[in-house]
Amino acid sequence: MSQLLLAIVIGGAFGAVLDRVGATNPNWIGRMLSLTNLALMKTILLAIGTGAVLMFAGQMLGLVDVGHMSVKAAYAGVFIGGLLLGAGWAASGFCPGTGVCAAAAGRKDAIFFIAGGLLGAAAYMVTYPAWKASGLLDNIAGGKVTIGSVPGSKFEGLMAFSGDLVGLALGLVFIVIAFALPDRIGRGDESGSSASMHGAKT
Amino acid sequence: MILNWKIGGLLLGLVFFLAVLLVKPIGVSTQFVILDGIIGNAFNAELVVKTEEGYTSSNAYLAKSKGKYAKNIANPMNYSFIFVLAMMVGAFISSMARGGLAKGESTMPALWRANFGDSAATRYLVAFLGGFVVLYGARLAGGCTSGHMMSGMMQSALSGYIFAAGAFLAAVPVARFMYKKEA
Repeated sequence: MSQLLLAIVIGGAFGAVLDRVGATNPNWIGRMLSLTNLALMKTILLAIGTGAVLMFAGQMLGLVDVGHMSVKAAYAGVFIGGLLLGAGWAASGFCPGTGVCAAAAGRKDAIFFIAGGLLGAAAYMVTYPAWKASGLLDNIAGGKVTIGSVPGSKFEGLMAFSGDLVGLALGLVFIVIAFALPDRIGRGDESGSSASMHGAKT
Repeated sequence: MILNWKIGGLLLGLVFFLAVLLVKPIGVSTQFVILDGIIGNAFNAELVVKTEEGYTSSNAYLAKSKGKYAKNIANPMNYSFIFVLAMMVGAFISSMARGGLAKGESTMPALWRANFGDSAATRYLVAFLGGFVVLYGARLAGGCTSGHMMSGMMQSALSGYIFAAGAFLAAVPVARFMYKKEA
C-alpha cells in the first residue's frame, strides 16, 4: 500500500514539474530540437546531473540503497529504437511521459499521440518475435552495464574504474554542459541578413 | 512562462533522485504495453493467464522475462501504472494552477501553426503517426526519454547513452527540417 502512496506522490510531483519546465509543451520541445531555444535542453542536462550527483554521493555515503538502481540492457535495437523515437518526438512534440501529461492538461493533439502510441506499442508486441530472431536484441558490451563498476550493484562495469566516482564525475559534466550550452545554435546567427530577419523574434 | 532552467533542472533532478532513493528509477513507456494488455485482455481473456509460478501470455512479448508484463496486466494497481496516472493528475493540477493552456494551444501548438497552418486534422494525423513511431521505437529500445535517457544516463548506464545518441541524431534534423519558422 505504501508503494501506491509513493507512486501517487512521486508521479504527481513528476507530472507537475514536467508541466512547469515546459516539457509537456510541444512548442518548447520543437524549439529545443530545432536548436532555436535550448532552455529545456539545459533543464534536462541539469536534471540528469543533479540526479546523478545526489544518487552517487548518497550511495557513497551509504544513504542511498544501491539495490534500487535499475540498469537497462544495451543492444543494437536500443539505437534503432532511439532513432525512431527521436523522429516521432520531433514530429509530434511529445514523448510517452510528456504526451500523457499534455493530454491531461487539455491538449487534444496529445490524445491522438496516445492513441497512436497504444497502437505502436501493440504493433511492437506483435512483431517482437521477428526482432528477437534478428539478433538485434542480443546484448552488446555486456548488456546491463554501467560505465564504471558500481560497488554493491548487481550490474557489471564497462570499465574497471570506481563506478561511484565515474557516476559522480559524469553528473558534474552534465551540470557543466548545462551551464556552457548557448541559448541557441545556428540559424539567425549564421549570416548578418538572416540575423536581422529573426532578430525581432529572439 | 516556464521555470528558469536552473530552478527547473534542480527540481526535475530532485524528482528523479527521490524516485531512485525511495523506490526505483522512473520509466513510462512500458505502461503503454500494460494498458494495451488490459484492453486486449478485456476482449480476449486468454491473452493473460495465471500459471502455478505466476502469469504468462499467448503473446511472446508479454510472456517474456517470466511474465512480468503479464503479471502487471493482471494487477493494474501496481506502482508503475499508478505512477503514470498520478503524473497526469500532477500535470493537470499544475497546468490549471497557472491558468491552463494559452488560447489555441488545445488544438495545436503555436510552433506547428506557424509552420503548417490551421488544419486540426493534419496536426492530429501527425500526432497519431508520431505516437505510433515513438512507442514502437521506445519498446524496441526498451525504454523512452524518462527511462533510458534521463534515468539511464543519470545511473551512468551504457544503454542510456546509446539511446540518447539515437534519439537526438534523428530528432534534431527532423525538427530543423520541419520547424523552419519560429514561434
